[in-house]
Amino acid sequence: MNAPATSVAATSAVRFAGVVKHFGAVKAVDGVDLSIAAGEFFAMLGPSGSGKTTCLRLIAGFEQPDGGHIEIFGETVEGLPPYRRAVNTVFQDYALFPHLTVGENVAYGLRVRGVGRAAREAAAREALGLVKLAGMEGRKPSQLSGGQRQRVALARALVLRPKVLLLDEPLGALDLKLREEMQVELKGLQRALGLTFVFVTHDQGEALSMADRVAVFNEGRIVQVGPPEQVYECPATRFVAEFVGSANVLSAGEAAALGAPARAASLRPEKIGLLAPGEAAAAGVAALEAAVVDVSYQGPVRRITVRTASGHAIAAVVPAARTVDVGPGAQVRLAVPLAALHPMEGER
Amino acid sequence: MSLAIGLPAPREGLRRRLSDVLVRRRGLLLLLMLVPPLLWLGVVYLGSLFVFLAQSIFSIDEFSGTIVREPTLATLAELFSPANFDILLRTVAISAVVTLLCAVIGFPVAHYAARHAGPRAKAGFYLAVMMPLWSSYLVKVYGWKLLLAKEGAIGWFASHLGLGGALAWWLDLPVVGGPSLSVSYTGMVLVFTYLWLPFMILPVQAALERVPGSLIEAAGDLGASPGVAFRSVILPLAMPGVVAGAIFTFSLTLGDYIVPQIIGTSALVLGQAVYTLQGTAGNIPLAAAFSLVPILVMALFLTLAKKMGAFDAL
Repeated sequence: MNAPATSVAATSAVRFAGVVKHFGAVKAVDGVDLSIAAGEFFAMLGPSGSGKTTCLRLIAGFEQPDGGHIEIFGETVEGLPPYRRAVNTVFQDYALFPHLTVGENVAYGLRVRGVGRAAREAAAREALGLVKLAGMEGRKPSQLSGGQRQRVALARALVLRPKVLLLDEPLGALDLKLREEMQVELKGLQRALGLTFVFVTHDQGEALSMADRVAVFNEGRIVQVGPPEQVYECPATRFVAEFVGSANVLSAGEAAALGAPARAASLRPEKIGLLAPGEAAAAGVAALEAAVVDVSYQGPVRRITVRTASGHAIAAVVPAARTVDVGPGAQVRLAVPLAALHPMEGER
Repeated sequence: MSLAIGLPAPREGLRRRLSDVLVRRRGLLLLLMLVPPLLWLGVVYLGSLFVFLAQSIFSIDEFSGTIVREPTLATLAELFSPANFDILLRTVAISAVVTLLCAVIGFPVAHYAARHAGPRAKAGFYLAVMMPLWSSYLVKVYGWKLLLAKEGAIGWFASHLGLGGALAWWLDLPVVGGPSLSVSYTGMVLVFTYLWLPFMILPVQAALERVPGSLIEAAGDLGASPGVAFRSVILPLAMPGVVAGAIFTFSLTLGDYIVPQIIGTSALVLGQAVYTLQGTAGNIPLAAAFSLVPILVMALFLTLAKKMGAFDAL
């Protein structure tokens, strides 16, 4: 492969500068700047239609940008077709070739590069071992379960040792337990192989648990990039606050009423506590009178929706053990730590 | 708040009770649905075909011209007499060339319709492919006879484009040539290809449409250039459609007896042989023996296709 002479440390694995992509009148990607470091596990998070998948397809080469500039390890890739790029994709529907066996699927990339039969079969075996499917070479994709197909798709991409591995909602079709298992395995593989992973998902839990950095997409733009903790704890906009972990959003007036600076702020439901009757709020904690609207039991926690005197709905997540006697209609006093209020840009 | 409205009780009638019986006894429903087509297919169609083919083990008395109803292999052996075997070889060769031409011409058209055409273009495509099937087969064949004739449109175009020499050179070739296109094998193959092309395009298009776009993207992603992706992914996955189309084009050409009467050389093809044998010659046993051949050829063709992996993608 044509590796550039520049050192990896100085170069981004993937760099977008002002990238624009239209589909007809729709601006799918609207001026995205992006820099993904080599060896990073990078998640692109956003609702459907936010442009995250189009960005992935721009890296893979399935789409060409209408404007801006894309580099992969310092090499300009505009106009370069997918088969000339050192990146590989794990597709959302896995896209396994139904007429080939599992072994032939994994060896496909090596075959089209002219690797000899013995060498490519050995490499395919090794890659299948890596994803815990050793001995499945002779099966047809139709004989595998969804989780196994997903692993074959992963092995097929990994066997080529791509500089960047692109994953398009790869866990979307798996059930919860399998998804959690694969999250751990993917993260482990990425660390062991030292590859750059770019992972597209609409599942904020997946993005937060696996990624080194998360980019949150909305309407074709990146609204916030940062480590998962930062994106979750300090959402930059109302969109991020509500999309990533469904935060409460307080207006400037409401924040001021609690004794915080008069700026719109986000407030995570799990930061809010309940005060026992007659209990005084500690220093730096505001007490807020409210009526309970709904209580939903979620195992370890209860999610309580309340309405304040000013008519604002607020959600609080509290340990299930603490709230046995709270039901709809009850009056409660919420404990809101002022330090948990994060002011947001672009909000009044 | 109540959602209840006064629902009238359904009337108990004969039809309702009949439905109850059919819902409870699925087998009965299947039986009722399948008896008419099974009677048609099994008795009227396959039964009469079998009775006709069974005639091939009888023979004909050369003097009286009556059928001798005693089992013999002599009639089947007659197929291998030089004159008859020639007919078989000629017919199979023509059918094979027609099928190949239909596949080569039809595939790009089907590929365009399945993978590139928008909804409007696709509607136009269906219309264009199906329209020739709406007009009379005989009219089309006679139309072609005029086009292919010595002073016909094709010859006229060829001479005006300065290709008269090329046409003359082609007609001078042995086997494929002749006095004019309308009395050559070339003409016959052209007309057959024209007639049966829709039967190749439609199944190939259906097969190509079932290939998910992500498979083609995956091939490119894994390093296959478009040509390699075509050979290693698209073609194998479209193969069942090509074979289905080939069954139509091959068997339709094998059995046709009208086109060879109007266009082509005076040498007989299989369909004409059957036509003359059961008609003027009254030799039903030999006609039946000839009719066995297309069935055997198709069986052989499908076996070979399966061996070569044409159905792996199914």
